Amino acid sequence: MRVTISVEQVRSEWVRRIEEVSGQDVMACYHCGKCSAGCPAAEVMDLLPNQIIRLVQLGQVERALESQTIWYCAACQTCYARCPKGVDLPRLMEALRELAMQKRGDHLEIARLDVQALAEFPQQAFIAGFRKYTA
Amino acid sequence: MRYFYFPGCTLETKAVGFNRSAKDAAGALGVELVTLPEWNCCGATFPLSTDNVLDLAGPARNLVSTAEAGGDTLAVACATCFNVLRRTNHFLRNNPETLEKLNAFLERPQPYAGQVEVRHLLDIFVHDIGLEAIRQCAVPGLRGLRAAAYYGCMLLRPAAEIALDDPERPDIMDQLLAALGAEVVDYPHRGECCGAYLTVKSPEASMPMSYRILSAAERAGAHVLATACPLCQFNLDWLQARLRQQYASYRPLPVLYFTQLMGLAFGLDTSGYGFEQHYVDPRPVLTQAGVLGEVKAP
Repeated sequence: MRVTISVEQVRSEWVRRIEEVSGQDVMACYHCGKCSAGCPAAEVMDLLPNQIIRLVQLGQVERALESQTIWYCAACQTCYARCPKGVDLPRLMEALRELAMQKRGDHLEIARLDVQALAEFPQQAFIAGFRKYTA
Repeated sequence: MRYFYFPGCTLETKAVGFNRSAKDAAGALGVELVTLPEWNCCGATFPLSTDNVLDLAGPARNLVSTAEAGGDTLAVACATCFNVLRRTNHFLRNNPETLEKLNAFLERPQPYAGQVEVRHLLDIFVHDIGLEAIRQCAVPGLRGLRAAAYYGCMLLRPAAEIALDDPERPDIMDQLLAALGAEVVDYPHRGECCGAYLTVKSPEASMPMSYRILSAAERAGAHVLATACPLCQFNLDWLQARLRQQYASYRPLPVLYFTQLMGLAFGLDTSGYGFEQHYVDPRPVLTQAGVLGEVKAP
């Protein structure tokens, strides 16, 4: 796949907004891969956590937003606990989720949830899930 | 000892056995848990974007209420509520501008200044009461039961804010379970995420996450897994029916709240602990290990 990278993309408004909302400097990451190695959800992700950061570093924000990875991050903080550069990746993922929902709407249609499962789930699962999956 | 106590939404509804056993176990150790007047939902997640001040208002209101009621400590049983309330408190202490904004928004008579300490029951039991006192109270104890302490995310991370235990090698719950007389098993993945709220939309993601934890504890010889979080309890318990279908050699493992195990160890009346509501019924294993059956007279 051919990817065009330009100075305009790397310095785009989207990258600036992601850094602002997350409070993180995406260029701080040097891709040691510790986050991806320790991520308990990595096996179901289409892109590894550090690959998401790489896309943002290169200004490929659209591609990062298309990835399912941002929705499989449960903000468990394992990556942040181990990052040698102190990059708070859960905050970056949150910023990407917010941006994705601003552009495309909610990730979850509450009315489509399985009613039977609804009756069994603990309250905190919904509150947390609705907060993460709806704008 | 007397503390204000924050039950949270799930402990008043789906996890009543956790609520009941937490109060019982505390009572047996001489700790009175006074439910915080007018407590409200903590929000179940700590807001991670820098511009999301409004989501801090809910948890902050509980901290203000504690201070207004004259409390200096808010004791929490639910690991998620503990995490959200503690992180909120940490944030407000270090961001005076946001604190001022929230104080103006909440319009309470006394502005909050960050004076309340948010503490988990594990912390209070192990550090205020002490392991020796717990050991003395543990009659008949949990001898014969092999228990695996599961920490998950919320009791551990981010460590600088939560400051309860080592995020990579936690052992506070292990110490407690050992003091109760249980044989504590060592196993990996004890501090890994169970899948949390991913189950709401994507059980295909939380299944392998929960499987890794459960199968590791089972392979280490655990009879039961102990947790402090109602969402971990749900995922690790509810998903086992699916795991049995997916993995032929899967062996079920009951998942209990650490406070239920305390009630059992202290010989308390466990009839309100909701064992029958667990998806993997813990009673056969507990009976077989010889820790369920005897009830001390009140």
